[in-house]
Amino acid sequence: MKLTKILVASFCASTLMSGAALAQTDLTMWYHGAGNDVESKIINQIVDDFNTSQSDWKVNIESFPQTSYNDSVVAAALAGNLPDIIDVDGPIMPNWAWSGYMQPLQIDESKIENFLPGTKGVWDGKLYSIGLWDAAVALYARTSTLEELGLRTPTLDKPWTKDEFMDALKKAKASGNYKYALDLGMNDQGEWYPYAYSPFLQSFGGDIVDRSTYKTAEGALNGDAGLAFGEWWQSLFTEGYAPGTSESPADQQTGFIDGSFAFQWNGNWRAVATMAEVDDVVFLPAPDMGNGPMIGAGSWQFGVAKTSEHPDGASAFIEFALQDKYLAAFSDGIGLIPSTASAAQMTENYKDGGPLAVFYDLSNAQAKVRPVTPGYVVQSKVFTKAMADLANGADVADTLDAAVDEINADIEKNSGYGH
Amino acid sequence: MAQVSPKNEGLLLVSRYLVLGLVAAIFLFPLIFMMVSSLKPDAQLLADTSSLRAFLPVGDVSLDNYFAAFDRAPIGRFMLNSVLITVTTVILSIIICSVAAFSFVYLEWTGRNVLLSIILATLIIPFETIAVPLLLLVSRLPWLGLEGMEWGWLNTYRVQIIPWIVDALTVFLFVQYFKDLPRELIEAARAEGASWLAVYRRVVMPLSGPVLATAAILKALKMYNEQYLWPLIVVQDEAHRPIMVGLGYFFQLDVAWGELMAYLTLISIPVLLFYLIMQRAFIASIASTGVKG
Repeated sequence: MKLTKILVASFCASTLMSGAALAQTDLTMWYHGAGNDVESKIINQIVDDFNTSQSDWKVNIESFPQTSYNDSVVAAALAGNLPDIIDVDGPIMPNWAWSGYMQPLQIDESKIENFLPGTKGVWDGKLYSIGLWDAAVALYARTSTLEELGLRTPTLDKPWTKDEFMDALKKAKASGNYKYALDLGMNDQGEWYPYAYSPFLQSFGGDIVDRSTYKTAEGALNGDAGLAFGEWWQSLFTEGYAPGTSESPADQQTGFIDGSFAFQWNGNWRAVATMAEVDDVVFLPAPDMGNGPMIGAGSWQFGVAKTSEHPDGASAFIEFALQDKYLAAFSDGIGLIPSTASAAQMTENYKDGGPLAVFYDLSNAQAKVRPVTPGYVVQSKVFTKAMADLANGADVADTLDAAVDEINADIEKNSGYGH
Repeated sequence: MAQVSPKNEGLLLVSRYLVLGLVAAIFLFPLIFMMVSSLKPDAQLLADTSSLRAFLPVGDVSLDNYFAAFDRAPIGRFMLNSVLITVTTVILSIIICSVAAFSFVYLEWTGRNVLLSIILATLIIPFETIAVPLLLLVSRLPWLGLEGMEWGWLNTYRVQIIPWIVDALTVFLFVQYFKDLPRELIEAARAEGASWLAVYRRVVMPLSGPVLATAAILKALKMYNEQYLWPLIVVQDEAHRPIMVGLGYFFQLDVAWGELMAYLTLISIPVLLFYLIMQRAFIASIASTGVKG
């Protein structure tokens, strides 16, 4: 009799549970991490946890290769085939929001008060996306190099000035110990260019576009500060401090590790691998070129598609994913900076005294997001071409003027992008 | 007139083979680099690129990249998809384009020359210019399947096959070939009471081996090697992705060079096998069309 009761109870329970499962509304989610086993495991774990944590929603994830993800999303938007939840690269978000691909998030904003500024995707005063991590760039160096060249170790409070930075490059070159004084990663002519190099321009006092109106690049990119930046940028190549656009991927990947480069301007995603190879590597803050030291900010973030019929469910998933344990898991898995200080304390690399804790501080202190405008998708490409042209010896004023004309023409063509 | 002595003839032959060998080596180097690199860890692969070691299977050589590549991407699924899409498209393309060409060449109907001109004019339109309108079209097309009527072709095999079945080049190849066939054969068959379908099946197609091989080879190479943009925008689920979209799995923040080379080696195998089986037809087809394969 007892056994019968147990069986009946089990049957009822399982029926109820399957009923609950059946009642779950399906949500689709697209993610850019296909081929990245570590990232896939973590995001799949979050999805599984969410699906079992409640009975209203069931997220189904589809992963795409990062190299073609944006094209797939834009094509799907045209075809009216977007999923409920998408992930979006931070600087691209304004364009997708402006284009009508995304809608504002419905999450409790008190939950993201402590998030790093670069992880919040705000457009037109509304939160459209939120990131579980951020990325930061630093100047990779060796303690032994700093000692050998007699250089002061820069700190967040007292970074190198432009003169100190150039003095370091001069000394490295003069030592004859290095193939190049500085590796800037010039072979990667994608989003790396504006992400990594536009902060130098901003530190000079210029910018890709005038952020006070977002309606012109005149004066921002080709003003006095822009010209000074352009001359300085070009000198890095004409003076032989850094390899230019023809740098091989092999050099970029191994040049600092094998000692060919004295310094390397690189992201925190390469830090763990570098630490494994270089015992005395140190990560230095960006130099102050006159207008304050700056680095780029904004990485991949989650948002909700405009066409989603269940924005409440999609937002519920995103809010669920913002738990510190998941931020820490991503950080431990792929080496990126967790969005909150509390999550940072849960990680191996970013907790106090951790080997990469400096990146969290860098992100907090020096980060500046790329121009928050739908026109950025064009501006980034124009900036990239201009930087490559300058590195290859083009006239500074002409190149920056041409870039300004191209950016302004695009802004005009799009009626100011809603600014 | 200068005489070529046997000694000079030998020298000429040797120098000719040297030049041909050099040219062959230039074309083979990328393949050798790809295969050799697929056996090396990334650090060694990158270090070797600056020397001849890049073409030699020396150092820390293993099959690890192949195992890792299979872990990173569903390679078998991608290859199966590509082979399925390629074979189906080639077969349907040959049937439909040859029938169309037959109609253009042998049947008398109003407007055939205009229609043929319009079809041939599409040769000058790059696919990229019609990709978006075509995407909008296929995303709204109906389909009657086993589960009834459904709307939209996205995330299917048919969306990767049907738009590619008919193309101007294949129609043109058949038209040109059919025009050169002796008219007397067709007229004799018709005089004997053969239907047009019978003429197509029993007279024209049995004589069309060379053009069939040419059309099949060109279409197969295009479908297997060049399908990237279209599947990228019409296929969002992994289960239907072809090999070229799969390449992106290896371009992470740090490119997995060794695994990428292993992947490229693996996906080259069907093409190499196809080439070995149809070597003569390949050479004949390229010679006859002047199209680089």
